[in-house]
Amino acid sequence: MSEPKSALGGAVSEGFVTIREIGPVGMITLRAKPDAAGLAKAVKAAAGTGLPEVRRIVTEGDRACGWMSPDEYLLVLPYAAVGGALEAVGKAMAGSHHLAVDVSDARAVFRVEGAKAEQVLAKLSPVDFGALATGELRRTRAAQVAAAFWKDGDGFTVVCFRSVARYVFDLLATGAKPGSELG
Amino acid sequence: MSTRLAKGGRLIDRSAALDFTFNGKRMKGFAGDTLGAALLANDQMLVGRSFKYHRPRGIVAAGPEEPNALVNLGSGARLEPNQRVTITELFDGLEATSQNHWPSLEFDVGVVNNYAARFLPAGFYYKTFIHPRPFWKHVFEPVIRQSAGLGKAPKDRDADRYEQAYAFCDLLVVGGGIAGLQAALVAGRAGARVLLLEQAAHWGGRAPVDGDVIDGKPAGEWVDEAVAALEGMENVTLRARCMAAGVYDHGYVLADEKVADHTPGDGRPKHRLWRIRAGKILTATGAIERPLSFAGNDIPGVMLAASVRDYVVNWAVSPGDRTVVVTNNDDGYRTAIALREAGLAVPAIVDARSAPAGALVEKARALGLRIEAGRGIAKVKGGKRVTSVAICLQAGEGAVIDEIACDAVAMSGGWSPVVHLWSHCGGKLTWDRVQACFRPDPGRAPLNHDGGAMVYAAGASNGEMTAAAALADATEQAGAVLAALGMKPKRAKAPVAEAVAEGPMEAVWIMPQGASVELKSKMWLDYQNDVKVSDVQLAAREGYESVEHTKRYTTLGMATDQGKLSNINGLAVLAGALNADIPQVGTTTFRPPYVPVTLGALAGEARGEIFQPLRRTPMHDWHERNGAYFEPVGLWRRPYCFPRAGETHEQAVHREVVNTRERLGLLDASTLGKIIVKGPDAGRFLDMLYTGVMSTLPVGKCRYGLMCNEQGFLSDDGVVARIDEETWLCHTTSGGADRIHAWMEDWLQCEWWDWQVFTANVTEQYAQVAVVGPNARKVLEKLGGMDVSKEALPFMTWADGTLGGFPCRVYRISFSGELSYEIAVPASHGAAFWEALHAAGAEFGAMPYGTEALHIMRAEKGFIMIGDETDGTVIPQDLNLDWAISKKKADYLGKRGQARNFLASADRWKLVGFETLDGSVIPDGSYVVAPGVNANGQGNTQGRVTSTYYSPTLKKGIAMGLLLRGPSRMGEVVEFNTVTGGTVKARVVDPVFYDKDGEKQNV
Amino acid sequence: MLLLECPYCGVKAEETELSPGYEAHLKRYGPGSTDEEFEAYMFARKNPKGVHFERWRHTYGCGKWFLAARCTATLEVFGTYPAQVGEPPAEIIEKIKARRPDWKGYK
Repeated sequence: MSEPKSALGGAVSEGFVTIREIGPVGMITLRAKPDAAGLAKAVKAAAGTGLPEVRRIVTEGDRACGWMSPDEYLLVLPYAAVGGALEAVGKAMAGSHHLAVDVSDARAVFRVEGAKAEQVLAKLSPVDFGALATGELRRTRAAQVAAAFWKDGDGFTVVCFRSVARYVFDLLATGAKPGSELG
Repeated sequence: MSTRLAKGGRLIDRSAALDFTFNGKRMKGFAGDTLGAALLANDQMLVGRSFKYHRPRGIVAAGPEEPNALVNLGSGARLEPNQRVTITELFDGLEATSQNHWPSLEFDVGVVNNYAARFLPAGFYYKTFIHPRPFWKHVFEPVIRQSAGLGKAPKDRDADRYEQAYAFCDLLVVGGGIAGLQAALVAGRAGARVLLLEQAAHWGGRAPVDGDVIDGKPAGEWVDEAVAALEGMENVTLRARCMAAGVYDHGYVLADEKVADHTPGDGRPKHRLWRIRAGKILTATGAIERPLSFAGNDIPGVMLAASVRDYVVNWAVSPGDRTVVVTNNDDGYRTAIALREAGLAVPAIVDARSAPAGALVEKARALGLRIEAGRGIAKVKGGKRVTSVAICLQAGEGAVIDEIACDAVAMSGGWSPVVHLWSHCGGKLTWDRVQACFRPDPGRAPLNHDGGAMVYAAGASNGEMTAAAALADATEQAGAVLAALGMKPKRAKAPVAEAVAEGPMEAVWIMPQGASVELKSKMWLDYQNDVKVSDVQLAAREGYESVEHTKRYTTLGMATDQGKLSNINGLAVLAGALNADIPQVGTTTFRPPYVPVTLGALAGEARGEIFQPLRRTPMHDWHERNGAYFEPVGLWRRPYCFPRAGETHEQAVHREVVNTRERLGLLDASTLGKIIVKGPDAGRFLDMLYTGVMSTLPVGKCRYGLMCNEQGFLSDDGVVARIDEETWLCHTTSGGADRIHAWMEDWLQCEWWDWQVFTANVTEQYAQVAVVGPNARKVLEKLGGMDVSKEALPFMTWADGTLGGFPCRVYRISFSGELSYEIAVPASHGAAFWEALHAAGAEFGAMPYGTEALHIMRAEKGFIMIGDETDGTVIPQDLNLDWAISKKKADYLGKRGQARNFLASADRWKLVGFETLDGSVIPDGSYVVAPGVNANGQGNTQGRVTSTYYSPTLKKGIAMGLLLRGPSRMGEVVEFNTVTGGTVKARVVDPVFYDKDGEKQNV
Repeated sequence: MLLLECPYCGVKAEETELSPGYEAHLKRYGPGSTDEEFEAYMFARKNPKGVHFERWRHTYGCGKWFLAARCTATLEVFGTYPAQVGEPPAEIIEKIKARRPDWKGYK
């Protein structure tokens, strides 16, 4: 058994903000209606958080639960904890219609850090950062591919599909080139 | 001559001299100059040749409306053609060359067209080059193309970078003149998120040039204070050098920011295209002065009057020593006064009005300037430069009264509001008879998503031409915008500009009004495209009544300036010729962009490596290291083959096929779509989705399935595995995963929303490897960890376990006809697992194979491929796949469509195999010929090839294809056409060429 | 470029974040339907100048299909609503009637 490898092996680019690939990060797609029996218990057990409001992500240490759609949640947790979390979800929601799958390997995760992190994302995504709420998980596109991000600490966490990790990393690094600050 | 004045120049820094070249000639300018100002300062009035007649042309304007002064800027990888000198900021080392002339600017052979001008009237091309027909393509078009075009497209890859960015605001104010600044102040103070754009590098627009006084201060001071106040507001963003190019639906605006045009090579993006979403848009885009139509109005030295003033006041450049002003309004007098105050000679003001009166007229009189009232210009004399003007009665036919020596003419035909942005998204205009211009009709504004007005206009762009009126209008319009946004303006004293009593203007469309045809054929309307008053009148005589048709027939307004100067004059001439009212004739359509936007800005960051996303599998790096030749499959890059040193691609593919059939092949199958479908209604759902029955599939087993669209045509295929009681895993084609997942969600969300089913696209969670060939089991047994024997894991089953320590799911499925396992491992382990397979497989002859070997092997087995055997018009029955269609099910997607009589007909083209009689490979795209010809005289066909390969296994050409009633014609010999015109004979055979009984895959 | 609010997640999404899905409120005709019914379902689409009901998917967002009522001539949007309905909600009908008194109804 090998060590799990993230798509870009932790690539870093320094510009007017720093782009870092992080991971592998554990992620579970949990599909269930908000009123499904055991849902809150499952999320608590797997992510350690309560259920997020619409378009929000709630964080608890190195775990989080994000609202992805009216019947989909994203559980974020350490990569090694996914197996146990899936078991816990299955137990909490036994007999209740749901789907929980490991998507840790299907994603690439980036940190975009620095005072002007927002400017790099504003070059790629049709998102009004002035209206982005605290704790908002925004699903949108980054140039030509799907992406999601949320503000976290001194920057943003950006998630995309693994196969386009290089594309998204290059986009972010290009947007962060010194001299291209939006002023 | 034109020259730099000893003092003045509000925009230049005389302490910062800059060197530049024009056509190789070294020249000097100052920081703050435009290239146009610097050229004039160096007495370079002649800057280009016109498009059709190659007449010498000089600088006419001082802004984006300039029709003539287009140059090639830079060279090599920084060459930009068609750059307007009037909006190009000067920088040290700038290189410019003139364009559209041969061999030189001073001596141009193409000028013979000028002497032939009377043989090149409007519509000349349409009339002349029609016959004989073949001549167009082979003679006329190549010659015309050779002589057409302005600048030349750069040959080198652009050395600069470009980017795009999104911006959002409550109010976008376009234009940083006094109206725009005032509107931004009102909205900014009220707390609105304001974005203010100005196309030039400086703020304030015309007011500081025109000597306006605001709140008792010179306009320039008021502008500086306003800009400082706005910069101090957190909620206001100012962007100079940023041209709003177009207004689109729902408040979307594109704007082109020239970030580093004036500092080339400093590492910043050259341009940034802003993609703005505004709650409301307020245009404060000012107005553009109109030329007057008199004979010789295109001779270098004839300029717009306000532009002459701009050069004098802004850049301390005198366009001429002796400037005759010709006008039909009071504003022209400002130029005469400015020239006189700069110490320059104004031999006469030629005013078409018989009794001009007003404060500016009085001031000119007081300065002792000669005013020729009721007069016009009969003719401008000169070649490459104005030498004199002949004046005449405006009311007459052009009899010369006097001739005045001069080297420049400043003309003013009145002002047209810049209504482009107002009009882009449907804003309507109204004709203002007093000012003889179209202005925005506030009752018919472009509409927003809520049905309310989306665009407001203020100041000169709203037809309020004086500083006093423009400021008051801006305050009022900003208030209206705020009210519409649900906000309130803060109480503040509105700035007031001193009113100047101006006399009324008088519309003058032709000078003199009774000019002869000879004079009219020297009156230019459109300088860049060489359209004259006589051309528009000719079009009218030939029956053109619509302005849109006239425009295209004469090419009026179709040049790169898009008629900024010529449209209204042309329209008025057309109206005159048709004896109609101007508003009746109407305007042409304003379309984005307002000023041309460079393609680099539109492409933004999407070039080179990030031109488009490339999807890479977890094994991609290994493939690259091992010499894979890639092919695109959707956005994926998949190895086509792995050529070894000295091998052609074809040889590599054949080696990979033979090795896989005889020993062991490894295929990166990670791109295969994988969708989890789960829930109490999942079986029922899949039974609707697939033509076969999936609900009865036992847990642990796999089944091949077909998906059709509602018309019945085959859309995707793949193997479905039953994971547990409630869960299925559906494999899709590599290109189909996202589409099929969206298709599933569409039916679940929009048709069967009460069914309890969840789906998840887990394609990228797994790296998948096909381990194929007689040695497949051996390598897995060597890795160890789970039982992969025939008994434990028979054909069309799957099992979870570990292999070599890797957690995996193993499917016993085959797309090659060999013993085959498809093994899915988490993507994070994909590369390591792939390498482990190669290491363990070395002793069994393991080699990677690519997509082409995969294609050949599946064709040898007669397996269909979506996209080869299907093209959106093929139903499963055409491919003899009836065995995969349930007859018992009452319904599935596509069932009703397939029942349509032409699809149920026996006369369909159906799948068969083909073997050429001579063993050759049938060319791709070949059709089976049939006797006779169709109604178009083309040969009839009765089938076509869909997959055709050389089979390294069978050592001959094999093919599959669709043939009319094919399966009933086994053994028949048919004829294919080939692209080279010959034919090739082939026998109709069973499409399964290899291992017909499936013994090899079932061991 | 259109701006439509996703009724599920509240994002004011621009057109590039959405996928079009053409006419809304179609009734599916499957096996047993006449040729005329099937033709109408499959091929005969409305293309009005004026009020129109459309399907849109918030593809680059929550992935959900929603329906939009808008004017194809002025691009005025009367409202967006979830796809799980057989006909437009009453409040949207009311809003359209108020804005377009001559409107003949959605059928």
